[in-house]
Amino acid sequence: MPIVSVQDVTKTYASGFQALKGVNLEIDEGEILALLGPNGAGKTTLISSICGITRPSSGRILVGGHDVVTQYRQARRLIGLVPQELNLEPFAPVGPGVAFSRGLFGLRRDPARVEAVLRQLSLWEKRNARMRELSGGMKRRVLIAKALAHEPRVLFLDEPTAGVDVELRRDMWKVVAELKRQGVTIILTTHYIEEAEAIADRIGVIADGQILLVEEKAQLMARMGRKNLSVHLREPVAAIPAALAGYELELCNGGRTLIYSYDTKSDGTGITRLLSDLQAAGLSLRDLETRQSSLEDIFVDLVKERP
Amino acid sequence: MSPTAIWTMYLFEMKRFFRSLVQSLISPVISTSLYFVVFGAAIGRNIQEMDGIPYGAFIVPGLVMLSVMTQAVSNGSFGIYFPKFMGTVYEQLSAPVSFLEIVIAYAGAAASKALLIGVMILATSTFFVDLHIQHPLMAAAFLVLTCISFSLMGFIIGIWAESFEQLQLVPLLIITPLVFLGGSFYSVSMLPGVWHTISLFNPVVYLVSGFRWAFFGTAEVPVGLSLLAIAAFTGLCLLVIWRIFQTGWRIRQ
Repeated sequence: MPIVSVQDVTKTYASGFQALKGVNLEIDEGEILALLGPNGAGKTTLISSICGITRPSSGRILVGGHDVVTQYRQARRLIGLVPQELNLEPFAPVGPGVAFSRGLFGLRRDPARVEAVLRQLSLWEKRNARMRELSGGMKRRVLIAKALAHEPRVLFLDEPTAGVDVELRRDMWKVVAELKRQGVTIILTTHYIEEAEAIADRIGVIADGQILLVEEKAQLMARMGRKNLSVHLREPVAAIPAALAGYELELCNGGRTLIYSYDTKSDGTGITRLLSDLQAAGLSLRDLETRQSSLEDIFVDLVKERP
Repeated sequence: MSPTAIWTMYLFEMKRFFRSLVQSLISPVISTSLYFVVFGAAIGRNIQEMDGIPYGAFIVPGLVMLSVMTQAVSNGSFGIYFPKFMGTVYEQLSAPVSFLEIVIAYAGAAASKALLIGVMILATSTFFVDLHIQHPLMAAAFLVLTCISFSLMGFIIGIWAESFEQLQLVPLLIITPLVFLGGSFYSVSMLPGVWHTISLFNPVVYLVSGFRWAFFGTAEVPVGLSLLAIAAFTGLCLLVIWRIFQTGWRIRQ
C-alpha cells in the first residue's frame, strides 16, 4: 500500500483559477520523490491539499490509508511539512518554538527528542536565540526541525533549498539522506533539476496542474537520456552529404556542426563507423564533443511539448 | 480533542503576553489610575452621588468593563491575526487539531489576559475608593463571560482582518464608542429621552449594568436581561465561528 495516495484531485480557487486538474499520484513508503515543475505548476497546491492547508475541490487523498478530510487527525499525525516561505514567529526562541510544534501534534513534552532534532540540524547552539536573529539558512533549518519534532513518517519539503547557498544545500541533502535511512518518506518540490538528480529515487514532473510523468530517476535518465556527439567541421557544408544519409544527423551552426544523437545503452553506438564515413565523404574535422542530456533537457522537453 | 495541543497553543499565547509583561499589565493599570485621578478625584469631587453610590466607586465596574472589553477584543484579534500575517498559521492548519481546539486555545488565552487585566484594575481601584462587592460570584461570572465573549469576537475580527488597519478598525469604530456610550462613566438613565432609548440598543449597557448590579445591588436594566444579553452575544459569536469553521473562510482556502 502506498503511504500517500492522491486520487483524481482537483483544486479550483475562489478566484476561478484551477491549480490542480485531476492529479493522481502514489508515493511509496521510504522513497524520496522529487516533484519538478515550473512556477505556478501546482506543486505547492498539491502539497497544501495533502497537508490540510487547502481543501481539494474534488478527489480523495489518503495518507497511511487515512482520508485527509474525514480522518484528518490520523492522517496529519503522519505528516511533517516544511513550507516554502520562512514563516516563523519572530520573537519566539528556537527551542520552545520546536517544542511548540511537537505539542501541537498532541505529543507530550520530550526535551530529549527536541534536543536530538536540534542537534541533527546543527541548531543546538542556537536554541535560545530568537527566530528573527537567525540567518535565512538557519530559519530553514528551524522549519525542518519543527516539522520533525513530532517524528513524522512522511516529510514534505516545499522548495527546501530555494535561496540557500551551496554549502547549506549540501547539508540539507545530508539531512534528507539521514531521514531516508530512518525510513521517512520524503516528498520535495524543487526548481533545481540538479537537486532532484542528486537525491531523488523517483521524479514526478508537474505542469499546469497535471502530473506529466512519475518515473524512477535512473529509468527516466536511461529512457530519455541520450547522448549527442557534436562534430565541428573545418569547412561548412550546405547539406548533409548523401553518403551519410543513413545516420540520424542534424546540421546546425551554419553548416559547421553536425550533431549525431545516439543511445549509450545500445550495443553499438555507431561512432566508429560514422567517423570513418565522415572521412570517406571528404569532410575535415576541427573538433569533437559529446554531451549527456541531463534531467534538465528532459524536463524542458516535457514541459515544452505541452500545447 | 487534544488537550495537549490546546494547552500548547494556549501556553504559547500566554508566553507572548508574559514576554511583554510590562506593557501588557502596567499600561492598563496606569491608564486606569489616570481615569481615577481625573474622573474620581478631580471631576468626581464635584459630582453628587450616582444612584446613591459615590461617583468614584460608581465608575469602578464601568472602568473594569471598559478595559476588559477592549483588551479581550484586541488580544483575541491579534492572537490569531499575527500567525495569519506571519504565515505561521500553516502549523495549526496542518496539525491534527480541529478549528474548535484552535478557538479554545486562542480565545481562551485572550480571555485569560483580559481577566488578569480586569483583576489588576479592580485591585488598583481599591487604592482609590472603598469597594464592597455585594454579589462576588455574580461579579466573577459577568467578568468571565465578558472576557470570553469579547475574546471570541476578537477572534472573529482576527480571522476577518486582512491588514493591520482592518484589525484596528472594528475596535476603533465600533467597540470603543459602544463601550464609552455604554454607561461606563455615567448612568444611562441620566440621558434625555431619545438618547436613553437609543442607548438601550447598545449591548454594552446591559453588561455594564449587570456588572454594576453585582457590585452595588442597583441596576439600570433587570439583571436577568443583562445575563440574557451576554448569553445571546456569546451565542452569536459562537455561531459565526461555527460558520467560519465550516467554510474555512479567510483561513483555509
